[in-house]
Amino acid sequence: MLAHYGYRDGSGEYFVAVDAAACTSCGRCAADCPSRALEMTAILDGLDEKSVAAVREASRNTLKEACAGCDHAGRAPCETACAPKAIRVTWKQG
Amino acid sequence: MTVVGADAGASRVKLVLVRDGEVVARGAAPCGIDLAGTAQALLDGLLAEAGVPRSQVSAIPATGTGAEAVPFATARVNVVKVMARAGVKLVPAARTVIDVGAEEARAVRCDAKGSIADFALNDKCAAGAGSFIEAMSRALECPLEEMGPLSLKAGKAIGLTAQCVIFAESEVVSLIHRRTPPEEIARAAYDAMAARVSGLLLRLGAQPEVVVVGGVARDPGFIAALGRKLGVPLTVPPDPEFAGALGAALCAEG
Amino acid sequence: MAGGEHWRWAEMRGTVPGADFKTAAVRTAGIDVGSVGSKAAVMLDGRMAAWAIMRTGASSPDSAERVLARALEGTGLAVGDLHYVVGTGYGRVNVPMAKKTVTEISCHARGANHIWGKSVRTILDVGGQDIKAIRADETGNVAAFLMNDKCAAGTGRGMEVIADLLGVPVAELGETSLRVDEDPPPVNCTCVVFARSEAVALLRKGWSKEKVLAAYCAAMAIRMHALLQRVGVEREFAVTGGQSRNVGVVTRIERALGFSRLPVPEFAATGLDPMVAGAIGAALYAKAFHEKAARG
Repeated sequence: MLAHYGYRDGSGEYFVAVDAAACTSCGRCAADCPSRALEMTAILDGLDEKSVAAVREASRNTLKEACAGCDHAGRAPCETACAPKAIRVTWKQG
Repeated sequence: MTVVGADAGASRVKLVLVRDGEVVARGAAPCGIDLAGTAQALLDGLLAEAGVPRSQVSAIPATGTGAEAVPFATARVNVVKVMARAGVKLVPAARTVIDVGAEEARAVRCDAKGSIADFALNDKCAAGAGSFIEAMSRALECPLEEMGPLSLKAGKAIGLTAQCVIFAESEVVSLIHRRTPPEEIARAAYDAMAARVSGLLLRLGAQPEVVVVGGVARDPGFIAALGRKLGVPLTVPPDPEFAGALGAALCAEG
Repeated sequence: MAGGEHWRWAEMRGTVPGADFKTAAVRTAGIDVGSVGSKAAVMLDGRMAAWAIMRTGASSPDSAERVLARALEGTGLAVGDLHYVVGTGYGRVNVPMAKKTVTEISCHARGANHIWGKSVRTILDVGGQDIKAIRADETGNVAAFLMNDKCAAGTGRGMEVIADLLGVPVAELGETSLRVDEDPPPVNCTCVVFARSEAVALLRKGWSKEKVLAAYCAAMAIRMHALLQRVGVEREFAVTGGQSRNVGVVTRIERALGFSRLPVPEFAATGLDPMVAGAIGAALYAKAFHEKAARG
């Protein structure tokens, strides 16, 4: 299950996408995020619960600012921390 | 050399008359429906007031979103370049210039000569520019010029979750219904806008001195909120709304 | 403010003819407390039996209670007769009588699967204040999703802005926007504030209301199409939420996709109203959880 958090607004598009199936629930991305924008949350996997990474609700609509300070070429701290490459950042102005 | 600099913004047209590098006259007017007509009338009035015939004006560079519609412009200058030049002219120690207008916000890092090191734009999202405060002032039924002083009276900071002008209007209406003090709402609006504008500097860094220009720089509520958010002292030169026009004029002189 | 009443959830309730409340083995309910409307679905052995739609009030728990009570009216069932209740809705919703809360995304996907069948794969939910794009598999599980509630562009609220400007009732916007020979260039498609400024300028240039509306709806359709592209679009495609009735936007999205959405079913007798999709999905999850617990 691929969850896209973020938005496209007048100034560009800013998304963090988490692949819940690939996520191993290790929590390293959330720990390494300099803006503290990520958290581990419970989602339904069938009828069971699985803990996966997600963008904190308070950060979802300010993702542009939350992710502005990080590398946007695929080496943001959350992306580097993720062994299965379950998290991906898009930060594009214009 | 006598030059006129023109800055056709989303909301207002600004002109400055510059002789040998110094501003001798300035004028501004709302764009209205007919930007070209407004600009022409403004130019005629400015030259008449200064007693300068049109023939004496050697160049009229224009900048801003409406620059193409300025009929007498002799050249168009990039708005970021203009900001940097004006920034260091007005404040020689300026190394970071933030320009907040009605519909766009920009930040530029420059050197002592006004050459651009890096820049960031917040265009096309009204929530990060003056129209956000205008919308909030309508929702609060508070005249725009009183919004800043009102916000400075707030005893505490509350949050505005909406990140869109339209949603924020609805949120303010429900805050009013819940009897939230208007000064707290006003401050929350400025805090929200300052957060978005300060986002421009996350990548650039705020190298002192940090200068703020543009129409919104005249608003003490915004400056206070931006200063709180950035945590660095801010310098607002006199007549910050005319910085763009000044910068355009300076670009004519090379 | 233009009369938004037509877009807002018309308060109503219904009972499916022939629903047998007494002998059903599994009685479940789903409650979906949205920012504008609250919906409840009562299901018997996984089939729709009763439902209700009401305005969400100041208190989520109260709204949940009231809409469930409304759905149960005349059925002879009390809340205590339900085996399992699942709550869903906006943000960290508080549904006190629910044993579990499931996200609105998951409930919506499962509900759409129940309404349209297992062929539905892409769902666009356009509400008053948010837009959701959901990819589902054939069992109604979520494969991908995206929710926008940052920008008003594309939401019902964004439509109210242009309705106010033009003095056109919100309910007539869509049809009015289609009364053009060909679509004009769209206005700004990412910001309602700029789109509105552009609309003002176009009116001053002498454009008709129909043409301005066409430009505006075209812009909003472009935006929704872009959001859909991000999650990926696969047939069949269904549209839910208040904006699903805006033919001006839906038609243009269909044009961009190159195919039509699934038709809205006749739901007066069946209760399979797309607006209740979230509550239906929640009631189905309730059945699944109940049976799982019963298995031990």
